[in-house]
Amino acid sequence: MLFLIILILSFISSYLLPWWAAALIAFLAALFIGKTSGKAFWSGFGAIFILWVILALIKSIPNDNILASRVIQLFPLPHQWVLLLLITALIGGLVGGMAALSGILTKKAIFKVKSPA
Amino acid sequence: MKLFKALFSIAITVLLIWALQTKFGDVPPVGEFLNPVSGFWQNAESKNLKSEENLHLVGLQGKVTIRFDEHRIPHIFAENDHDLYYAQGYLTARDRLWQMDIQTRSAAGRLSEIAGPKALDVDRYHRHMGMTYGAENTLKGIMKDPVMKGVIDAYTEGVNSYIHHLNKRDYPIEFKLLGYAPEEWKPINCAYLLKLMSETLAGGSDQFAMTNDLKRFGAKDVNDLFPDYPFHEDPIIPVGTQWNFKPLPVPKPSKDFIALMTDTIKPKERVPGIGSNNWAIAGNKSASGYPILANDPHLNLTFPSIWYQLQMTSPTVNVYGVSLPGAPCIVIGYNQKISWGVTNVDAAVLDWYQIKFKDNSKNEYWYNNRWNKTSKRVEVINIRGQQPIYDTVIYTHHGPVVYDNVSQKPKDAHNNIPVGDALRWIAHDESNEFLTFYLLNRGKNYDDYRKALTYYTAPAQNFIFASNDKDIAITPNGKMPLKYKDQGKFIMDGSDPANDWQGWIPYDQNPTVKNPPRGFVSSANQSSTDQTYPYYINWRFELYDRGKRINDRLKAMQNATIDSIRLMQMDNYSMRAQDILPTMLRYIDTSKLHANQLKVFQIVKKWDKHFAANSIGASIFNAWWLKLNDVIWDEFRDDKMLLNVPSFDRTEKLLLTEPNSKWFDIKSTPVKETCADVAMQSFVAIADQLLKSYGEPGEKWQWGNVKDTHINHLANLPGFGTGHFYASGTGAVINALRGGNGPSWRMVVQMGPQVKGFGVFPGGESGNPGSFYYEDMFTTWRDGKLNELLFLQSADEQSDRIKSTLILNK
Repeated sequence: MLFLIILILSFISSYLLPWWAAALIAFLAALFIGKTSGKAFWSGFGAIFILWVILALIKSIPNDNILASRVIQLFPLPHQWVLLLLITALIGGLVGGMAALSGILTKKAIFKVKSPA
Repeated sequence: MKLFKALFSIAITVLLIWALQTKFGDVPPVGEFLNPVSGFWQNAESKNLKSEENLHLVGLQGKVTIRFDEHRIPHIFAENDHDLYYAQGYLTARDRLWQMDIQTRSAAGRLSEIAGPKALDVDRYHRHMGMTYGAENTLKGIMKDPVMKGVIDAYTEGVNSYIHHLNKRDYPIEFKLLGYAPEEWKPINCAYLLKLMSETLAGGSDQFAMTNDLKRFGAKDVNDLFPDYPFHEDPIIPVGTQWNFKPLPVPKPSKDFIALMTDTIKPKERVPGIGSNNWAIAGNKSASGYPILANDPHLNLTFPSIWYQLQMTSPTVNVYGVSLPGAPCIVIGYNQKISWGVTNVDAAVLDWYQIKFKDNSKNEYWYNNRWNKTSKRVEVINIRGQQPIYDTVIYTHHGPVVYDNVSQKPKDAHNNIPVGDALRWIAHDESNEFLTFYLLNRGKNYDDYRKALTYYTAPAQNFIFASNDKDIAITPNGKMPLKYKDQGKFIMDGSDPANDWQGWIPYDQNPTVKNPPRGFVSSANQSSTDQTYPYYINWRFELYDRGKRINDRLKAMQNATIDSIRLMQMDNYSMRAQDILPTMLRYIDTSKLHANQLKVFQIVKKWDKHFAANSIGASIFNAWWLKLNDVIWDEFRDDKMLLNVPSFDRTEKLLLTEPNSKWFDIKSTPVKETCADVAMQSFVAIADQLLKSYGEPGEKWQWGNVKDTHINHLANLPGFGTGHFYASGTGAVINALRGGNGPSWRMVVQMGPQVKGFGVFPGGESGNPGSFYYEDMFTTWRDGKLNELLFLQSADEQSDRIKSTLILNK
């Protein structure tokens, strides 16, 4: 549930707001409906990870990945554009996961919810 | 504890986002750059383009229809001239915004604003050279002319209209990488582009090195080694052309003066081999009976290309060709009546004057037997992440004092008197070059062409011309100072008024020729005229090799077609090898070569003198020739002092006519070498070197593999250029492709009732590395082919080459 909500809201916000709005969404979503720390982190991580893969591919596939294939050459990495996708998604995932984790931890701090973890 | 955990987690998250948003040194803000919401992924253009697009733009007066062909070249149809230049600005910005920004920023000395202190030296150099001062003066000249003011203002409006609608996610990728935002376009930026061209084509100096030569070797040797007319020449205006004008009196030379030693100064050196070709044949040499015109300007090849191709139509004009991104009008192109092109003249329009100041305040300098006031201009250089620098540049009546200290002075000079070198440069003068192009774009005949040229200041160009009236012509043209012979060959005494520029060569007395009996006109940056021309233009030009080959081929040419001219643009025959290789070979004593060296010798001996990509002889000759020059002019190698090395033309004369010259002796050896010794030594050295580097003569030795040909991105970003590619050509052949420099636009135009243009540049219309039109013309160019240019007669003309339409409405 948390995963889906972060995914959908972040997707909509991506057309209107800066990229880091996804962190706010993950934070708030976890704050309101988050259950456990672990679940919250992985929901946030997974949602943004997948969202960013989707957003990147929406642009890159009709482009035959020519831009990504050029940009990867700026990095000291093998010249495979998929690596760039992976790095992008990992960064997004980390931000989403950390934000959701912060959300659930804040909730716990404020409402003193019992956590099985 | 829970509160602490929550706060800790929030802090980590915020820190992470901050770090992803921040630029660390040269590393771009990673999150900003990589996130798919607004980062680089957004620059990936889809291969599915909209076939019809409608936009409403503020400032337009009517409707503009733009048709795009298969290379995404825009064909603009505007209802009035304002909208025409508005649309040119808008479309150029859409395709090339970052290029426009970085080029004008560089010319204006403002790179430090985005790159930080590491760009400070470049910025300071541009400020001290007076680029800003010159651009301000040029803008004044443009704005005085109501027509050109209208053009520049409309173009600026168009660029800004695009910038204002730009969302952050749409910023060109380079802005995202370098972490800055596009800024408002200003009319002066158009003037900066002209200054940039002057810097590239008429901004190098060899006077410092020449003055050092004079000190080191004396006047006799310098006059002998750096003559005022080359040994081999085939001038642009055919030998024997009559000058049908009464020349102005030429100024008297000043009394002899040798400037002080200038060993510590490193000005921007004059780069030899900057050049271009153009030629036009008369109707009686072409298959169609109408003239054919060709032009290929050689410049640094970059992605995005230095040129932007387009067709521009309004009720006053219908013109096709290439423009400079950031400047209005077509620079090289054709309309229904005429075609024109340019190559560089290399006129002496940049001079250095040694200035003697009264004291260290530098408020006064000695000139015309009295102390004169200097003026001071404070240049503010903003630096990313640092406080701005206030840099004061001193101006004399000559111009800015670019270098204001010379560390080493002769012992007997007054050591308390500070000296510096002031620059007199044509690029500082008020001018209105765009008017020339504006008029050529609308030109109908020879008289229009001649009239247009009178408005052109700098950098001086060889303007070639062909018309439907079957006229052909060429004019080395620009605002050229009236000088005594060799004035400015060395650094001059800035206190003597006799050294000032004494006026100008009248425009109608610039060298020109119309419909010469030989049936063609041409230029390849060689001497403008023979030695009968009454004025001094310069003491040295590019070498004659390309020009001579062009003229030889055109002399023999009959029934020429577009294709014969196209093939000629790809000609790789080396005039230098023809002139000098047989002599070099004669000096080789084959009995002293070992088997592998002999193999190398046999290859170069049998070589057909073409710098073809698969030629091994070309690689050998090239290495040998360079080595030979190195060995002969060893006296001119000095780590401590900047010296000018004699030209290849002078080396040829030495080898062909002065085998006993003292210059063949190698200074560092006790024996006295002869011409034969240095030819042999240099051959053995390069043969061994090539054998060591490439093994047995074979594929690795091929010229296309040995020569490092490449096109880099303007910011040298890896992956954004071509990398090395296999190609023919070299500097001194018609196909002047060497390193990252070469034919930046090849154009051939067949005049006639139906004008036919062909052309290509290495790259594409789009400056976006994520576009399918970033380099779509590269292979056509590399393979020596041309695209037929789509020259539409009306917005409604049908063509299956039109792929999409953009309508701009007010």
